[in-house]
Amino acid sequence: MPDRGGHFGPFGGKFVPETLMAALDELERAFRKARRDRAFRRELEDYLRRYAGRPTPLYPAARLSEALGGRRTYLKREDLLHTGAHKINNTLGQALLAIRMGKRRLIAETGAGQHGVATATVAARFGLQCVVFMGEEDMARQALNVFRMRLLGATVVPVTSGTRTLKDACNEAIRDWVTNVRTTHYCLGSVVGPHPYPMLVREFQSVIGQEARRQILEAEGRLPDYLLACVGGGSNAIGLFHPFVRDRRVRFIGVEAGGTGLRAGRHAATLVKGSPGVLHGARSLVLQDRHGQILETRSIAAGLDYPGVGPEHAYYQRIGRARYVAVSDAAALKGCALLAETEGIIPALEPAHAIGYLARLAPTLPRRSLIILGLSGRGDKDVETLARHLTTDGTNPRRV
Amino acid sequence: MERIRAAFERLRRARRKALIPFVMGGDPTLRVTRDLVRALAEAGADLVEIGMPFSDPLADGPVIQRASGRALAGGATPQAILRLIAQMRRTLRIPVVLLSYWNPVMQYGGGRARAGDPIPFIRDAAHAGASGLIVPDLPPEEAEGLPQAGSRFGLETVFLAAPTSPPERLRRIARASRGFIYYVSVTGTTGARARLPREWLQGVRQLRLITTTPICVGFGISTPAQAKMVARAADGVIVGSALLRTIEPHLRHPAALTKRAAAFLRALRRSV
Repeated sequence: MPDRGGHFGPFGGKFVPETLMAALDELERAFRKARRDRAFRRELEDYLRRYAGRPTPLYPAARLSEALGGRRTYLKREDLLHTGAHKINNTLGQALLAIRMGKRRLIAETGAGQHGVATATVAARFGLQCVVFMGEEDMARQALNVFRMRLLGATVVPVTSGTRTLKDACNEAIRDWVTNVRTTHYCLGSVVGPHPYPMLVREFQSVIGQEARRQILEAEGRLPDYLLACVGGGSNAIGLFHPFVRDRRVRFIGVEAGGTGLRAGRHAATLVKGSPGVLHGARSLVLQDRHGQILETRSIAAGLDYPGVGPEHAYYQRIGRARYVAVSDAAALKGCALLAETEGIIPALEPAHAIGYLARLAPTLPRRSLIILGLSGRGDKDVETLARHLTTDGTNPRRV
Repeated sequence: MERIRAAFERLRRARRKALIPFVMGGDPTLRVTRDLVRALAEAGADLVEIGMPFSDPLADGPVIQRASGRALAGGATPQAILRLIAQMRRTLRIPVVLLSYWNPVMQYGGGRARAGDPIPFIRDAAHAGASGLIVPDLPPEEAEGLPQAGSRFGLETVFLAAPTSPPERLRRIARASRGFIYYVSVTGTTGARARLPREWLQGVRQLRLITTTPICVGFGISTPAQAKMVARAADGVIVGSALLRTIEPHLRHPAALTKRAAAFLRALRRSV
């Protein structure tokens, strides 16, 4: 998986303007060649280790586990990576690929700003030009990350079309790529988009699950019963899940953004509420109306605020390999407070959704259950949002 | 019945090149689209492209994005646009080519369970009297069986070729295309360009060596001089953004809008 055309069963593929088709072929060839090349692998591993801070710990969250009735939970600490989230695993890989293809200009879309920061970071490190497209609304709610990108030398372009969030930032990045395809590499941030991106980003993010698998076997002498991760486009979830895909006993749960309720326009739970459609170059599940127009989404977590999802997730759901659920803004906020209180870790609002679901799931599981939760990013970028909601909401973190 | 092929056959015999304006269906209302298409046909259009609006038109520049947004705000749906075409067909003498992104085509007439089948759209579009279909985000490898399905109902499927298409892709595109091949003149999104890089000419010549299907060039053509230059090598000239830009200031005055659009097209006609 995927097949030669980039299909995961009925999902995936390449639905892009003809202008980009040759560039996608070039990227796929470069990727396949690099993957076989020991020098490339060694170089990437070295940057992951000495620049980004891999391996990340698999941390036994004892007080959190206790609070959840004793179901042992480990956290895969991607939040400890350089730039504060798992995104750098992918941008390091893609930057090295871009250099191999002779492309010295990187463009990226970003929602929460984490992928934008991770792209700007590697661009600075390798001396590449960097342009990041970001919805105007996201720029307002993630102002700190906008500043970080600019400090790193990137140009941040406000996107004012459509809903002014991640979806429109993707459109704008694709339009830039169509125009500058000969000199530019599109550093796509998730397992979405046309083939080969879902495969390529999965391969670069699979380091999460490969490490976690080794670490849990060392710590517990057995595989986990559950893997939990939040899903926007789904890159950190695929990165955690994929290396366990043949371990049939390990169950996967992806947690989507339930926003303020599962009615159209109030959430971003694509796998839970969407239908098959084509968005941003791939066939997958999509939130759309009956005429095929893409719907607006809403989530407190900018990084999950997206009406599409990676085709491999749509496929896992179709064949029953993974289960996907939605968690509301309020439950995510509670999850955030819970982790801060019990473990002294403030998660980003995106993985806070997974913690919110864990709080619901854990008490229903057998006592000996073993869980790994992908803690994809840290909460620094969300502190302002947290301050606003945890006071105005009446949700007092002290009482969670 | 292959109306597009027949139209190009007639043009070839008359030693004439096709002039193909693009308008967005339902921008700002369906009534305006109807008057506009009629005026463009009278002003000398040989075929007309009618766009179906989409929320995420990623191959389009700002002008067509805005047109798409206006049409959606005005409530244009695929069903309503097909009804409009059915109405117009009785009096319109030139072929209508629909242009739509793939997702609205796939969702048409399906609902959640049936979505993913383009046949209902193809059938209804053909019955309404449309002659062709262009899908800017559908390369031939994802369109398996579509040209054949189109032929069955009488809808000719046009694929796009670009300056970045290598020779083996040009062959594939030529094989899949019915009616004509849409050659994208510039590496970029739709939208008028002050200058047209010459890369399109080489592409058109390459295509000539491998196919006898007519080749029309679009993206970025805005002036009579550009149209004239393109028409010397290609079989047709497609003009979208430049036309929409001339009507944009007159959206509230349909009569002025159609008049301006017709004048703009006549100026192009004189040079094509």
